[in-house]
Amino acid sequence: MKYVDEFRDGKVARNLAQTIAAEVRPERRYHLMEFCGGHTHAISRYGLRDLLPPEIRFIHGPGCPVCVLPIGRIDSAIALARDHGVILCSYGDTLRVPASERMSLLRAKAEGADIRMVYSSADALKIARDNPEREVVFFAIGFETTTPPTAVALRQARNEGLKNFSVFANHVLTPSAIQNILESPEVRELGTIPLDGFIGPSHVSTIIGSRPYEFFAEEFQKPVVIAGFEPLDVLQSVLMLVRQLNEGRAEVENQFSRAVTREGNLKAQALVAEVFELRDRFEWRGLGEVPYSALRIRDAYREFDAEVRFDLPYRSVPDHKACECGTILRGLKQPQDCKVFGTVCTPDNPLGSCMVSAEGACAAYYTYGQFKGASVVAEAS
Amino acid sequence: MCLAIPVKVVELLEAEQALVDVGGVRKEVDVSLVDGVAAGDYVILHVGFAINRLDEAEAQRTLSMLREMGVEPGAAA
Ligand code: SF4
Repeated sequence: MKYVDEFRDGKVARNLAQTIAAEVRPERRYHLMEFCGGHTHAISRYGLRDLLPPEIRFIHGPGCPVCVLPIGRIDSAIALARDHGVILCSYGDTLRVPASERMSLLRAKAEGADIRMVYSSADALKIARDNPEREVVFFAIGFETTTPPTAVALRQARNEGLKNFSVFANHVLTPSAIQNILESPEVRELGTIPLDGFIGPSHVSTIIGSRPYEFFAEEFQKPVVIAGFEPLDVLQSVLMLVRQLNEGRAEVENQFSRAVTREGNLKAQALVAEVFELRDRFEWRGLGEVPYSALRIRDAYREFDAEVRFDLPYRSVPDHKACECGTILRGLKQPQDCKVFGTVCTPDNPLGSCMVSAEGACAAYYTYGQFKGASVVAEAS
Repeated sequence: MCLAIPVKVVELLEAEQALVDVGGVRKEVDVSLVDGVAAGDYVILHVGFAINRLDEAEAQRTLSMLREMGVEPGAAA
């Protein structure tokens, strides 16, 4: 068992697709939102749209951490490196996200700011230990999967008494974003986004468990299936959702039972709760200000909070006029609805955040081509 | 950047670190977020940290379900 190839078998995939085709009711549509950018990527990469009957419609959700980071936050990170002279450590994907005035972290770096790409929060700690005379800030972004590693670094910094290390925390919460979408007027009243069920995130759920989704299933009567990222995982989850919808059920089911439990990773949860607390509100690209949707560093760790240490003001900045990222992240539009998709805006020269990382809907469509029949079979061999 | 991958734990090291095998390459990662990691376990690796363990019995169960679900298209309506 390698936990990868087994879940990419082309023959099983085609059989599953046939089963789905046989079970969908031709008189209805199945609008399934894959919350997580990892699924958006998998659907494009393995050509799952082409494998499935037209009754199945995927709606791409806001679960791409780089995509939902608003311009104002990138501006603050650039200000840290440029105006406060810190060593700013950042995950690679954030470097190319467009900021105000045609800036990005990458451009600021080219102009001399000390910005370093790290693979892990542990690397940022190491840079701080190696440079005791400099201030080192870790630009922390991501959903519940990435938060525990940041918490580990903060605890470590406190244990070591590191004086020159702090964290610019931008960690966001999956359930709040799902709730925001379900409560949006487009979904609730206008019906401009038909939404029948959710393909739930797998890695986020290994941490938070399946329990947080029970509320959505019950309160909003939408089925949720927590799904792995391999092609067979996604197909099986689609089948499970089709069956729920056909039978009029709205339950939380767990397809990714090889790593997700109802309770999740309690050890990681306890550490996150020790280090972080809820922010009253946080601005998301596309969703705007969402109450209780992000984390901030607790007072006990205040001395390691870059927002406190450097007195960072926050300014909200609108996206580029042509960019449809906001509407795409809310499930209202698809990448090809954007006038500059693939022309002015490409992964090499992204105009908006959805074109930056592999999980962004625009980047996934651009890289794999929406209608290209890149098949599961080819990938499996 | 949310992408995370299953990797095999090769050897436990000091201070809650472990050597894992990433497609034939050995890499040192942090396993402090997962209780009781042992050599031979498969874990999900994300930004240098093991975030959970993979359960082989559950994985086998999913695989056999997958095969069943695809066996007789349309039979299980
Ligand atoms: S193609 Fe580029 S500009 Fe258009 S929505 Fe996507 S990221 Fe924004």
